[in-house]
Amino acid sequence: MSWVEFAIFAFGALTALAAIAVVLSRNVIHAALFLVITLGGVGVIFLLVGAEFIGWVQFLVYVGAIVVLLLFGLMLTRAPIGRDATDNQQRLIAFGAAGVTFAVLTWLIWRTFGGEEIALEQPTRTADIGEALFTNFILPFELVSVLLLAALVGAIVLARRDEGRQK
Amino acid sequence: MSLPWLLTLGAFLFSIGVYGVLARRNAVLVLMSIELMLNSVNINFVAFDAWFGASESVGQIFALFVITVAAAEVGVGLAIVLLIFRNRKTINVDEVDLLKW
Repeated sequence: MSWVEFAIFAFGALTALAAIAVVLSRNVIHAALFLVITLGGVGVIFLLVGAEFIGWVQFLVYVGAIVVLLLFGLMLTRAPIGRDATDNQQRLIAFGAAGVTFAVLTWLIWRTFGGEEIALEQPTRTADIGEALFTNFILPFELVSVLLLAALVGAIVLARRDEGRQK
Repeated sequence: MSLPWLLTLGAFLFSIGVYGVLARRNAVLVLMSIELMLNSVNINFVAFDAWFGASESVGQIFALFVITVAAAEVGVGLAIVLLIFRNRKTINVDEVDLLKW
């Protein structure tokens, strides 16, 4: 086993444990901080598999922006702390559903892709991704940028206080 | 590197996200679980992209689109959560039941 494979397994285990902590933590702020570890671990795995650009975008967008946004959401809504405040009474059903999902997916994965290997030769060049993005994938790229603009305008319209209608 | 182990990690993160969406009451925590599920999809995209080894890294490009849509989703989702909090003084998803009768 090469050191890259070992590192992928180590970070995969770390990511999985942090993900469990995200959904089990009683303190909402701790859950957000465990989410940082989970998303960062996934980013490191992207880098190790050779997807350099996606790895750094993962760090920038998820760890840098989305988690900060979620923390702001938690603080603005004064999220309470404690098992009763964070979880509902469906824990057992939820655990069953998650377990069945995981069992079925794992069984299908190992049945279909049992002995397949990834050749970790060299990382994808960011220039190649940029070229593909701006030639063959230009239409979805532009659509996604319009979607992002619409979503941000919509978020501002939803979240700002309506001063005109106050009585 | 063996492909099924990476896919298993993706499936595991997805299941954790399913548990979080079903078991959490706080709407922001539900959003966090949705982020976990979207991330597991990205792991699958990148793993299959590395496995195919195509010259044009289509899997990575689609992972990029998923990340963008996830960012848009969190923005709008948090705006809705803030609006619910302002109107109802709670963001517990089981107490927001106006449409439930």
